Amino acid sequence: MQGVQIDLISDERLARLTPMEKIRLILDDVKMGNIVVLEKGLPPEEASKLIEMTMMEIMPDGFTGIEMETYPARQGLEGLSGFFSRVVGKRPESRLTVIGPANQLKMIKREKDLISAWVSSR
Amino acid sequence: MSIFVRTRKKFSHFLRIFFKKRRARIGIYGPPNAGKTTLANRIVRDWTGDAMGAVSEIPHETRRALRKENITITGVNGDSVDIDIVDTPGVTTKIDYREFMNFGLSKEEAVTRAREATEGVAEAMHWLREDIDGVIYMLDATLDPFMQVNIMMVGIIESRKLPVIIVANKIDLPEAAPNRIRSAFPQHPVIPVSSLDGSNVEQLYELMTERFG
Repeated sequence: MQGVQIDLISDERLARLTPMEKIRLILDDVKMGNIVVLEKGLPPEEASKLIEMTMMEIMPDGFTGIEMETYPARQGLEGLSGFFSRVVGKRPESRLTVIGPANQLKMIKREKDLISAWVSSR
Repeated sequence: MSIFVRTRKKFSHFLRIFFKKRRARIGIYGPPNAGKTTLANRIVRDWTGDAMGAVSEIPHETRRALRKENITITGVNGDSVDIDIVDTPGVTTKIDYREFMNFGLSKEEAVTRAREATEGVAEAMHWLREDIDGVIYMLDATLDPFMQVNIMMVGIIESRKLPVIIVANKIDLPEAAPNRIRSAFPQHPVIPVSSLDGSNVEQLYELMTERFG
């Protein structure tokens, strides 16, 4: 039977990992042709490192990179100004994130509250 | 500009001279083919008479971060700012050499370009984390600004607390919709420009003196 493996990774599991372990987990999974769904996305610093590591792993006729989608971040405290959020130390909250191989995962539609994607098997 | 802002700018200018602070490094970031090098060339030409890098319709023409030092920009209000401009490769999460072959490149040329482009993107991310003091984030105003890479990059820039100006480029094209970019990033100043014909760049220069000064 042909199909695509989808790994849904909880926030608790990710929180136990170091930034590099998280990136390694995601990239290894995606390079195997799997779709990774993170209950909560990566913080910006780790997203930056994920892009950098992804670029290092791209190979001709092999891995071509990742497709990644998430909802826009919720700002710290709903309804309060960004300044007040900063004063009370609330950061924008990262949200559910879908990551897959660029040659298998295609985004069809992305709205603030809906992500529609199409996945092909290898 | 209010008296408070003018006083603050004069005070910070004094502090920079007093403590010999280095010039701010301003990175031009954005997805491939947004017009980053065209803008970098315009800034460098307008203020030094020099040039910065080659431009092309093939994505990832810029595959190394290029720095032009010691540029003094003066706004119409008379304020000025001393900066280094860093033109960076277009940021993306995927690169497939076969896409370059659609532009007429041989397989060997396309593979080389893809390899250099991946190195360039990694280098650009490293610059952003380590060596950049402010960002001009370039977007093609004819395209959807809600692309994931834009959301992610603006998030990274915000997390580093860097001053940012978002440039809605290519307003010389009839399908340009800079208001779509304004609604996507309401928390940041958005300046519609055409890097190609120079429309509205004076407004950008003025904002640069305010944000990066």
